[in-house]
Amino acid sequence: MDFLNALVALSNFVLVPAIAYGSQLALGALGVTLIYGILRFSNFAHGDTMAFGAMIAVLVTWGLQAAGISFGPLPTALLALPFAILGCIVLVLITDRLVYRFYREQKAKPVILVIVSMGVMFIMNGLVRFIIGPDDQRFSDGARFIVSARDFKEMTGLREGLAIKTSQGITVIVAVVAVALLFWFLNKTRTGKSMRAYSDNEDLALLSGINPERVVMITWVIVAALATTAGVLYGLDKSFKPFVYFQLLLPIFASAIVGGLGNPLGAIAGGFIIAFSEVTITYAWKKVLTYLAPEQLAPSGLVQLLSTDYKFAVSFVILLIVLLFKPTGLFKGKAV
Amino acid sequence: MKKLLTATAATALLAGTAMAEDVKLGIMFGFTGPIESLSPAMAQGAELAMKEVTDSGKLLDGASVTPIRADTGCADNALATSNAERLIAEGINGLVGGDCSGVTGAILQNVAVPNGLVMISPSATSPGLSTMEDNDLFFRTSPSDAREGEIMAQILKDRGIDSIALTYTNNDYGKGISEAIKSSFEAVGGEVTIVAAHEDGKADYSAEVGALASAGGDLLVVAGYLDQGGLGIIQSSLDSGAFDTFGLPGGMIGDSLPENVGPDLDGSFGQAPGSTSEAADSFYAMAETEGFDGSSIFVPESYDAAALLLLAMQAAGSSSPAEYGAKIMDVANAPGEKIYPGELAKGLELLAAGEDIDYVGASSVELIGPGESAGSYREIEVIDGEMKTVNFR
Repeated sequence: MDFLNALVALSNFVLVPAIAYGSQLALGALGVTLIYGILRFSNFAHGDTMAFGAMIAVLVTWGLQAAGISFGPLPTALLALPFAILGCIVLVLITDRLVYRFYREQKAKPVILVIVSMGVMFIMNGLVRFIIGPDDQRFSDGARFIVSARDFKEMTGLREGLAIKTSQGITVIVAVVAVALLFWFLNKTRTGKSMRAYSDNEDLALLSGINPERVVMITWVIVAALATTAGVLYGLDKSFKPFVYFQLLLPIFASAIVGGLGNPLGAIAGGFIIAFSEVTITYAWKKVLTYLAPEQLAPSGLVQLLSTDYKFAVSFVILLIVLLFKPTGLFKGKAV
Repeated sequence: MKKLLTATAATALLAGTAMAEDVKLGIMFGFTGPIESLSPAMAQGAELAMKEVTDSGKLLDGASVTPIRADTGCADNALATSNAERLIAEGINGLVGGDCSGVTGAILQNVAVPNGLVMISPSATSPGLSTMEDNDLFFRTSPSDAREGEIMAQILKDRGIDSIALTYTNNDYGKGISEAIKSSFEAVGGEVTIVAAHEDGKADYSAEVGALASAGGDLLVVAGYLDQGGLGIIQSSLDSGAFDTFGLPGGMIGDSLPENVGPDLDGSFGQAPGSTSEAADSFYAMAETEGFDGSSIFVPESYDAAALLLLAMQAAGSSSPAEYGAKIMDVANAPGEKIYPGELAKGLELLAAGEDIDYVGASSVELIGPGESAGSYREIEVIDGEMKTVNFR
């Protein structure tokens, strides 16, 4: 019984939140890694691309809610997602047209593109704040829980409750679907294969007749879709606030780099590694250990490695360790 | 040039003789930031007192009172200081504010003391302000958090709570009140399992709540802000089933909290400064006719802060801070005729006649020690989605 309680407490405060957070990071990191693999620069505007996509989803959700359309127990935001993805695609394609294409034709060095993407980041950042404001926005509706802590306790008779929020369930499912689609696209379709070819060796790909502008365009479309999905899921699960997406940039880059920049599989693994490290290192293990350890050994302190204030520091440290000892990342991406 | 100067001087003289003095009072609250939902009603409370005095026409031979609002951002010391300096430039005679403890300390040290400006804060409650060097320029109509800590410990004890987890917003206010609650609760034999800070404005508090839940306790005391991290912590605790009852100090008392959290908040309780007197009820009625909520937290204190400034001016016969500052304690405390809200005209008359008054006001003002309220509190419980006053302490 104590073992079960420990397991439930662990799931409730560590496993479930970390899996949901990991999925959100993985989706974000996939976008970063695709840009890096195909367009060959680190896109600092990614966080704000997520914010922009999520913002459109918020606006469309409000519109749908006002029109009385809902999605049953699921959040209406899921219905708004396709519109948001479309809007975000338009934005990134316009940005590419106006900004990045110029530098691509110049054959600008990656470091210049990185700085350019920072400029784009600030502009998108301002755009989002200008349209929706800097405040928290609530847009989640539908059923809040798949299993609520109270129901779980009544059902099982355990002392610990397990809560799984609808948004967490949706996050994981949507992430799995999105990743499956992406891998199918990259590995099975002709366009996907031409993208990988372009990423592996640009000159050879050009020689074999691959149209570079088309590859770039499709990359942006996919990245916009991934970024919007990640942004909306994060917003549903936590809350929508433009500044928060800017802050997300660090863990997202850490995930992509830890997994190996340019390697999609690595991005997913990296997302979960970062999420689990952040959550487990800042978790106070007292409760779980009290259930597991014999009574006389029960800890009196909190058994917390780092205070929760240092959450972001965890991503930094992991990033540093990986860059020092394995600069290509765990899954053999490109060296930064 | 000379002509222009003479003309201006002449106009000034004319204006001076034609109209009585215009007393300007600054109102500095956090119209943006963590307590932005509370500030508008507080400002209206202060302006109500000013309007009452202006309408009576009895202040300093018919002076009128003009309020000038400015923003503190509640947590933004630079903004608060620069706005206070702007008010000095506009020539205010006194200041109602600031609101949050950190910015109030900043205004006091950077602007009020150098310029000799008298300020009365209705809501800065940090114990640190009691000992800050203020040249007798700083007063508050709210009690220090040290007092609130004692009250909260009593309420917890009376409700049979033996152990609490405690989280506070990481600033002067949060730190001050959490220390007060911890020491008072331990003094009455309670156990505090954890004291952990939280940052405002984050998207996700599940990690913080995880640590709090691990420490355990009968309930979670959230010494934060209802529009900010405090709300996030409560939401996240309810979502994960970590705690289902919450202790709510003053910064968490407000109608938006039960609205945002929903029925799960029922049964949570706390306290906020507020008085038992019928005077409070008559103030609520006055506020209602003016179209705002007088029972919102710190609104009566705001009214009293403005009223005290004006009554002290009358007692000193001058709107200069250097002269009326010393009179504030006199008008606020016994001896003298008791003055209730809505009776400012009577107070002004008595003072003009050279008699003593004892201003009671909407929040039972009694200034002690370094010029802060002795403190009466409302015990509040969330019942059916509303914050109800269940007791007075």
